[in-house]
Amino acid sequence: MTVPMAQALNRALRDALAEDPDVHLLGEDIGALGGVFRVTDGLAAEFGENRCTDTPLAEAGILGTAAGMAMYGLRPVVEMQFDAFAYPAFEQLVSHVARMRNRTRGAVPMPLTVRVPYGGGIGGVEHHSDSSETYYMATPGLHVVTPATVADAYGLLRQAIASDDPVVFLEPKRLYWTKGELDGRVAPFGRAAVRRTGADATLLTYGPALPVCLAAADAAREQGWDLGVVDLRTLVPFDDETVCAEVSRTGRAVVVHEAAGFAGPGAEIAARVTERCFHHLRAPVLRVTGFDIPYPPPLLEHHHLPDADRILAAVARLQWDLV
Amino acid sequence: MTVQDATVTELPTLLPESEPFRMLGQSTPDSALWPRLYTALVRGRRYNTQATALTRQGRLAVYPSSTGQEACQVAAALALGPRDWLFPSYRDTLAAVTRGLPPAAALGLLRGDWHTGYDPHAHRIAPLCTPLATQLPHAVGLAHAARLRGDDVAVLGLVGDGGTSEGDFHEALNFAAVWRAPVVFLVQNNGWAISVPLAKQTAAPSIAHKAIGYGMPGRLVDGNDAPAVHHVLTEALDRARAGGGPTLVEALTYRVDAHTNADDATRYRDDAEVAAWRARDPLPRLERELRRHGLLTDDAAEAARADAEELAAGLRAALGSDPPLAPADLFAHVYATPTPQLREQAAGFGGGAGGAP
Repeated sequence: MTVPMAQALNRALRDALAEDPDVHLLGEDIGALGGVFRVTDGLAAEFGENRCTDTPLAEAGILGTAAGMAMYGLRPVVEMQFDAFAYPAFEQLVSHVARMRNRTRGAVPMPLTVRVPYGGGIGGVEHHSDSSETYYMATPGLHVVTPATVADAYGLLRQAIASDDPVVFLEPKRLYWTKGELDGRVAPFGRAAVRRTGADATLLTYGPALPVCLAAADAAREQGWDLGVVDLRTLVPFDDETVCAEVSRTGRAVVVHEAAGFAGPGAEIAARVTERCFHHLRAPVLRVTGFDIPYPPPLLEHHHLPDADRILAAVARLQWDLV
Repeated sequence: MTVQDATVTELPTLLPESEPFRMLGQSTPDSALWPRLYTALVRGRRYNTQATALTRQGRLAVYPSSTGQEACQVAAALALGPRDWLFPSYRDTLAAVTRGLPPAAALGLLRGDWHTGYDPHAHRIAPLCTPLATQLPHAVGLAHAARLRGDDVAVLGLVGDGGTSEGDFHEALNFAAVWRAPVVFLVQNNGWAISVPLAKQTAAPSIAHKAIGYGMPGRLVDGNDAPAVHHVLTEALDRARAGGGPTLVEALTYRVDAHTNADDATRYRDDAEVAAWRARDPLPRLERELRRHGLLTDDAAEAARADAEELAAGLRAALGSDPPLAPADLFAHVYATPTPQLREQAAGFGGGAGGAP
């Protein structure tokens, strides 16, 4: 069945609600409206307002009360309306949700999912386009997950809700309306997907940048480069194995993401690859990322977002003269 | 009826009393409850002095004393039923101990061998919370979850006057009122947030008045009157259990000691102010009242002291030696299933005697 990503997410939530009475959705405008991106469309009507609850407009309160519900054994799924609107909940996430299991020696797990629409490319005005994954990746105790395909949107969200640990589930806004095949399978964490095998260099990416990388790989063919593309899917836990296998095979890698480059996910990924595959590398691991600037206004955002040209320019710098 | 009409109609029932609610010297004693509160107060005072002494000996990393606030602490614990939950802050270990938590477990955070020294589910006591007021949304969420499941559970969240300035305090009260969650908020207004007096925290007529803005009743109580605190909390918890929604209770008390052993209170407040509050010490006040009504014999007072000494001796024994440490446990319980990255770090960690990661 071919559906848009938003509908696959909706299906995952509906199936989780139907299968487990402990699953509760909390968020702003997720009831009658169905969420500003319609991901919860119809769920309040089907499962009632106690299962799909419009909360007061207060993100710390939403996540804090969800943590309390999780303490009682429920399995809350929180929707943050936009990436940058999740910041008021940051203290609850860092000081409590992420560390509750550890601080209680396992007595109080936090089976809680925080859904965050993230990233740019939809013409959003200020505070609607952040790539906030770096903050979450830097917080021990969280899983950080981001689907790039319709099948993964369903499969990873089901896995997130089933997880006994907190999951920050990052939904690429600009892929909400992208259609793809929904197979209804749960997708495990910690396994990257090789979306395209290539012999010459490997693009390492995730979320909204995956289609950009696939397009870049198509364009690279015309220039004689055979590029592989790895979709990381879960940033925490990180699939070192798949990444190193692919990069070791090609000896060249470019990390591509929208988040700012400095101290961003690419820094961690490049370091991991270098530590593990140094002797297979024929060039330094390069990064194509958002600039180190506050997210631009919508009419300028295309300059900021990695595109095929920037990716190919980076590929061209992978020391092809050294064989 | 418009919203405005409803507010005007309900306002008198939401307003706190203009004078703090008191029972000592004004009410007929409950001959079962009041002596019980007395025994708990004697234990509580001894607990505070012993924990403070152990801190001076280096047995605790830090101790935020509740000396002077024991009436709030013991009344809070004794107002709760066995199915209820307590959400304490770092200054509320006495409430946890009075609820039945072993003192050494309650002091685990402050001893420093682990962040939470007990299983919260076993005692229905949430982890001691250090970031101010951030445990209150948890209290609301847990109360809401219990109500969704149809369980007969009420929840008591503790916070100080400084904590009421935090955004999480506001959000917790707002969610609680909107959801009619079975939760009670007890603000122990002890006058000082480390060095900052209440006048610099709020311009409200009282903290209890803030309840009106959320559409819940506010109560103002003499926090050094243990029967009064117990009475007000019991009423509020019963109301919560019956589906009546949350209540904000402000108890007027005083932090007789410095913020912690590491603080120097002489830098910001007068001895005269402390002396005035010592004269209103909750323990002698209750003792005088019990004796006046013939509810406390010398033998009973002696028995309470002996009981408190036993508690103190237990505390000294439990904290007198270094705790067993398990460095390898640092890697345990970060996730239900450790990530490969964590397994790798744990494997390379050479420092660990004790539990496996």
